[in-house]
Amino acid sequence: MSTQLSSPSRPRGASHARSWSGRGAGFLVKLLLMALVNALGIAAILAAWSAESWIVLGATVVLTAAADVVYFTKRALPLKYLFPGLSFLLVFQIFVFGYTGYIAFTNYGTGHAGSMEQAVDAALIQDEKRVEGAESYPLTVVERSGELGFAIVDGDQVRAGTTEEPLAVVSGATIGDNGTPATVPGYDVVPRAEVLSDTDLQQQVVSLRVPVSDDAEDGSIRTREGSTGSVYTSSLEWDADAQTLTDTSTGLVYEASVDGKFRASDGSELAAGWYVGVGFDNFVRAVTDPDLRGPLGQVTLWTFAFAILSVASAFGLGLLFALIYNDPRIRGRAIFRTLFILPYAFPAFMSALLWRGMLNSEFGIINDLFFFGANINWLGDPFLAKVAILWVNLWLSYPYWFLVCTGALQAIPEDTLEAATIDGAGRFRRFRSVILPQLLVSTAPLAISSFAVNFNNFTLIFMMTEGGPSFGGSTALGHTDILISAIYRISGVQGGSADYGLASALSILVFIVIGIISAISLRQTRKLEEMN
Amino acid sequence: MNKRMIITATAAVGVLALAGCSADAEPASTESPAAEQAGGSGAEIVVWTDAEREEALSAAAEAFEADTGATVTLVQKNFEDLRNDFITQVPTGEGPDITVGAHDWLGALVTAGVVDTIDLGDKTDDFEDVAVEAMTYDGQLYALPYSVETVALVQNADLVGEEIPATWDELVERGLEVSDRPIAVNTEGETGDGYTMYGFQTSFGAPLFTQDETGSYSNEVAMGGENGEAFAQWLSDNSPSGTGYLSTTIDYDINNELFNSGEAPFTIQGPWALSTYTDVDNIVVGPIPSAGGETASPLVGVQGFYLSAQSKNALLAQEFLVNYLSTEDAQRTLYEADPRIPALTSLADEVASDPIVAGFLAASQNGVPMPSIPEMGDVWDLWNGAEVQILNGADPASTWNTMVENLEATIN
Repeated sequence: MSTQLSSPSRPRGASHARSWSGRGAGFLVKLLLMALVNALGIAAILAAWSAESWIVLGATVVLTAAADVVYFTKRALPLKYLFPGLSFLLVFQIFVFGYTGYIAFTNYGTGHAGSMEQAVDAALIQDEKRVEGAESYPLTVVERSGELGFAIVDGDQVRAGTTEEPLAVVSGATIGDNGTPATVPGYDVVPRAEVLSDTDLQQQVVSLRVPVSDDAEDGSIRTREGSTGSVYTSSLEWDADAQTLTDTSTGLVYEASVDGKFRASDGSELAAGWYVGVGFDNFVRAVTDPDLRGPLGQVTLWTFAFAILSVASAFGLGLLFALIYNDPRIRGRAIFRTLFILPYAFPAFMSALLWRGMLNSEFGIINDLFFFGANINWLGDPFLAKVAILWVNLWLSYPYWFLVCTGALQAIPEDTLEAATIDGAGRFRRFRSVILPQLLVSTAPLAISSFAVNFNNFTLIFMMTEGGPSFGGSTALGHTDILISAIYRISGVQGGSADYGLASALSILVFIVIGIISAISLRQTRKLEEMN
Repeated sequence: MNKRMIITATAAVGVLALAGCSADAEPASTESPAAEQAGGSGAEIVVWTDAEREEALSAAAEAFEADTGATVTLVQKNFEDLRNDFITQVPTGEGPDITVGAHDWLGALVTAGVVDTIDLGDKTDDFEDVAVEAMTYDGQLYALPYSVETVALVQNADLVGEEIPATWDELVERGLEVSDRPIAVNTEGETGDGYTMYGFQTSFGAPLFTQDETGSYSNEVAMGGENGEAFAQWLSDNSPSGTGYLSTTIDYDINNELFNSGEAPFTIQGPWALSTYTDVDNIVVGPIPSAGGETASPLVGVQGFYLSAQSKNALLAQEFLVNYLSTEDAQRTLYEADPRIPALTSLADEVASDPIVAGFLAASQNGVPMPSIPEMGDVWDLWNGAEVQILNGADPASTWNTMVENLEATIN
């Protein structure tokens, strides 16, 4: 009906964005916006093309085409509303989750960062060493019949050569003002400016090696920046067919192993590796590796205890205060309520840092004021650190529950309470049988989400204790680490040795745990609703 | 109509976000394909830098651009992010040609295969030995160093005089004359801070790893045995259950507050903390006193410029590093932008006319480079944790030995 009111000229049910009816402004705006969407889509496709990320390219093509189909056909009306949400879901949830899942099945991390090709490059780079005591020679890049070479000034002679031809003295060459050969008979000098400005030429020059003599053992001239050269030797040889690197000086053959390393028969490895798929290894390791299993088990227990106790205590305290301050006999309730909300209004990480300072056993105000200056080591003792964290989280989150419960209490109709009173229900009976069930209908889903938030409450743990005190032993984890902070440490993002594969596998396990718990508890709360 | 507009706009954002994914959240200007296509004078090198060094670098870049016709694109990032971003983005081809970095990342960068070697030629001798040593891994030089930093003994000269104590006992004796807390040593609270404590540890002859004659570290843990136990015992003797001079109640802020207020006349700190000592009129800086009889060698950190192993303009990038950033002018600009001890010897001597800089320089000359081998990543948590446990009353020798055994097990 509203459509008819706003534009009576159009037939009922036709959208003003579909065609040139009426003033046509709606259609014009839609056309412009869709043009914008398509332009952005094409830009993204081109960017993905040049970055060679085919999955992103495919997804962008599909999404852009889908957008056009959805908004230009008359059918699929519900999709017009659902499409943006679905594309967000794809981009921000499924893509991220899929990528994490992919990493979880690889050994991506320290020592396994790139491709095998890059590992070979790195091994060759790391192996090629300047001959000890070798001089630096002024150098010029030269060319002969399409082949690049070097000319160097050695004493008062100029010597030149190419990859095929070892260095030989060239007579009649001149030396320029900057000390490098200026003209070399038999060769064309490539001006340095040209070398520096041409990326392809640069790469050729960087990889060019001119042998010093017929004996390969003597090494080759190499330049790093195109104006000086020195003698380098290299002992590793890459055999692309056999996929082995051979150390010619020791005779060791490094073979590509299935776990992404070059390993010799004597067990020695080259530094750089590449990442490979490892199947379920990361998941298996998380539950079987004794160095991980024990600490992770303890961490998991504490994570559950922390999340459950945090929600239960804050909910309880918040509800208690809400009941008390909901009594109409209390004056200035508005002021009290505002004051109660204050801890909630501070940024959580600031509060956590403040509490960390206040709980300091020697300089902290808590010990000074409340414990007669006793040196209670709140954050250094495993048990006390847990108590301290639960206490601070209670302080941080009870105002939230106070707010929520106050709202829920006020929504309970007065007449049901009156009816209960008339039926002879006492104060406690009214709370248990009328107030609490109705309160839980609206607050239980919040409690579940709060559980999920606390399950991953990284900020509080890291600002308060950084997971410490440590378990000791060979693990870096500590008594107050929860799963998410343990994963952060295992991932090595903060500078330790990184294992993204294991960290991703653990995050997936955490996701599954939270998913299952949320599903079960949401089903339980539905029962609550049915009860009413 | 409004609703429709919002919907379409959100769809547009969705597509944009996908485009963002493909570019890996890097500024579009750093995309290498642009440089790839450009023949002629359009060659470009991309340099990742932190905020402090950006301006100093742009001065050197200008001269370089004028001489070679190439473009230098500076991309500013958080220093803390550089290491991981470099490791993850170089293999994808999105990384820079050059990045600023700390020397202790070297092991991780080498095992990830993302750094190229560089050759300073005869210029190597112009730099402080400890700086070149730090940037050397397995006999190869990987970065151009520009600054050196370390912790040193910082003392309040108004309270304890100008003379630097040579031993821990002397320090305690002189400190006790003015305060019952002679020294403040940061332990990062309950986290532990083996870095600050390392000078004392080495004075017992218990270094982290063995070093060969070129200064390269092996992965053989060297802090066990009698010397390590002696250090652990010393920690325990000075813990709250002993003299109480060391405790896990001190974090960075409390440490600086204690020194600034004069409550502790000595502290172990780096140059970065000096700006907080506004109430101390006379600060004297010198080498860390020996607690165990041998020279106290603090860990020295070195900052420098790394070259990407996947650089498409390696020649140009080497030229920029070796012939532009290594010059005294460029190094001086870097020093002026962020006054840390220069790695270039001539410049270091020049700025050492300031007694405080001279003090830190002297401390760094006693020091050893922080190990950059990848195994170091496994050390921190266990090492710090053991020191905290001992300070909190655990049995020193057994705690220390367990830590060393666990460390050896983790490394091998």
